[in-house]
Amino acid sequence: MSIATLPSEPNIDVTPRLDHLRALEAESIHILREVVAEFERPVMLYSIGKDSSVMLRLAQKAFYPGPIPFPLLHVDTTYKFREMIRFRDEMAEAVGARLIVHTNDEAISEGTQPFMVGTQRCCGLLKTKALLDALQAGDFDAAIGGARRDEERSRAKERVFSVRDSSGQWDPKRQRPELWNLLNARLRPGESIRVFPLSNWTEIDVWQYIHVERIPIVPLYYARERDVIVRGNSLIVQEQPFVVTMPGEKPRVVKCRMRSLGCSPCTGAIRSDADTVPKIIQELISTRHSERQLRIIDHDQDGSMELKKREGYF
Amino acid sequence: MSGLLRICTAGSVDDGKSTLIGRMLHDSQSVYEDQVHSVRTASTNRAAGPIDFSLFTDGLKAEREQGITIDVAYRYFATARRKFILADTPGHEQYTRNMATGASTADVAILLVDARQGVRVQSRRHARIARLLGISDFVLAINKMDLVNFDRDVFDGIREEFEGILGGARCHAIPLSALHGDNVIAPSDRTPWFEGPSLLEYLETVNVSRDLTSLPFRFPVQLVLRPTDQFRGYAGQVASGAIRVGDPVVTWPSGRAARVSRIVAYDGDLDMAFAPMSVTLTLDDEIDISRGDVLARGQRPGDRGQTVEYPPIVGHHFEAEVVWMDERPLDPARVYLLKHATRTVTAEVSHGLLLNQIGTSAVSTARPLVFDRYEANRTTGSFILIDPSTHFTAGAGMIVSAARQGAASGLQAPVSAAERLALAARHAPSDADAIETVRKALEEILT
Repeated sequence: MSIATLPSEPNIDVTPRLDHLRALEAESIHILREVVAEFERPVMLYSIGKDSSVMLRLAQKAFYPGPIPFPLLHVDTTYKFREMIRFRDEMAEAVGARLIVHTNDEAISEGTQPFMVGTQRCCGLLKTKALLDALQAGDFDAAIGGARRDEERSRAKERVFSVRDSSGQWDPKRQRPELWNLLNARLRPGESIRVFPLSNWTEIDVWQYIHVERIPIVPLYYARERDVIVRGNSLIVQEQPFVVTMPGEKPRVVKCRMRSLGCSPCTGAIRSDADTVPKIIQELISTRHSERQLRIIDHDQDGSMELKKREGYF
Repeated sequence: MSGLLRICTAGSVDDGKSTLIGRMLHDSQSVYEDQVHSVRTASTNRAAGPIDFSLFTDGLKAEREQGITIDVAYRYFATARRKFILADTPGHEQYTRNMATGASTADVAILLVDARQGVRVQSRRHARIARLLGISDFVLAINKMDLVNFDRDVFDGIREEFEGILGGARCHAIPLSALHGDNVIAPSDRTPWFEGPSLLEYLETVNVSRDLTSLPFRFPVQLVLRPTDQFRGYAGQVASGAIRVGDPVVTWPSGRAARVSRIVAYDGDLDMAFAPMSVTLTLDDEIDISRGDVLARGQRPGDRGQTVEYPPIVGHHFEAEVVWMDERPLDPARVYLLKHATRTVTAEVSHGLLLNQIGTSAVSTARPLVFDRYEANRTTGSFILIDPSTHFTAGAGMIVSAARQGAASGLQAPVSAAERLALAARHAPSDADAIETVRKALEEILT
């Protein structure tokens, strides 16, 4: 697709302008290049979701015609949807990037799963601890993540270059001011940085970009008939043996899709007929529910995302 | 009219800023139902009426507990006419640095004042910071009009006082009640004397005259891409202006000239690149260019028909307005790290400042910078100061002017040759004179 210009009043205004998406793209590419210029060992967190797919494309663009100059890291809880893992391996190969997969094997061997230890402890062990261990093992000084400020209240206060202390934790009261597009990459020994190139993107921006760029995404995002357990407002896809039906429940075939991808036991599907990207965008525009609503981990207590972020979660 | 408007909001504590933004997000249907629900639930913990709109924006637990806003929160909403990025900045004095942060990228500032209080010290301070950071379109949102019975005289009094403070900037005053929604989305029938548009309508239609592409071309080099021996490209974001394949460019501070041979992009080569695109340029000549250098348009002798573009200023010394944002005061005896565009150098200043103070200082850098005045170019005219021991972003600077040779700045250091050339060229009355002056100066240097 060519660079779109917006001549808002064609006869009067002839100055070229970038449309909203291309302006966001340019900003994100600038951020990715700053990371590579300023850090020695950056890594990109690859979570397989739509935001990661967009980040991957932006990384391809930022360093073209060269290869993506950092590895991809996937923190695998082993409870991700099977389709996600398949997609991950295909994408890493297609873009020619090195893929690092890290799992907290110790916790898994102890049988850690959300229904046994609760969602907070499960996330803490399989996501936060695994992530921090993986960053330490790789000696990475910058970790690029796909979080957006429009996702959740505490994320709205996140910096593009967000400093973490030596235990990987976030102190929202000690954040560095971030002015213009001047990103301060200086770190003290032990500190590391999380980088969020998609900070200013909204969910609809991400989908529009996927559409115009024809970016491949995990098929779980598209509506089709799936076997699910209907539990309150949530539709649970039964992939793990410990996800069992409760008395009176039985799997039903529902036309549904994932609005956001996570671990299969904790991520609900939504009823939907949107089986193409334009239909998904249409659905989003008319929807009245926010994206992370069916992510159980955001709601386990008031301010729970902020707490997880402070501890080191993305 | 651009499709994207960046806004920042400022006001004193309790002026109702978060309430106003929460109201805009809610009434323009940018807030989803489950967020409304979680806010309703949280509202029962505080005594703030049925829906506390500020809970949409007060994201941190400490903020919700104390009922105040601590940190800049970014909000995104769209109407059929425009997309908006809104930086909601706190009003407490100790967090004034966040005001500067929000204003640094904004096109329009919304200044909120309490109709009962009028213009306070904080309001003046925020107006000054926003003005200093280059904002020239202001909305004066006079809030809590319901508490003064929508009295027109109150509104007029505050508006007149404020227009004096903003001197020269465009100011659009609106009487509001954020709590009840008057004049936020739709005009209120409780202010029949007010004929202007509602806040949202104003934001949808305001024409912001910040046209980056009509400025001189500036391209700070971020990275040199060398994937193969055959390819050498300069990756960066066009800070201002536009460039085409074949155009002459000059690399600063070296002053070496070349032509653009390709504008490389993932989707295929481009004929033209303009601000704020991120692209990769290749040149027809293998000149030594590295991160931190700035490409500007070159001028060929005799090109009468071409638009004259000013070269950037190259130098070690300049005067800047500095906003100090760290507990530890700015100290003229210390050496700081200064990041300007894509170059980081060590720097010293002539005057100290305390937290939240703003002042003019002469800045002296160890290596030359390629810059413009902030007034002329936000990207090449701004810098941050980093404390070398904590690495905190301690100061924000806006370049006012290149320090004149022999000026009583309190800092003295020799002026570099490149700086002399650039200054000579800038002060020449015409192109031909500039070329002649630089030629003579070069001869003097070389002989």
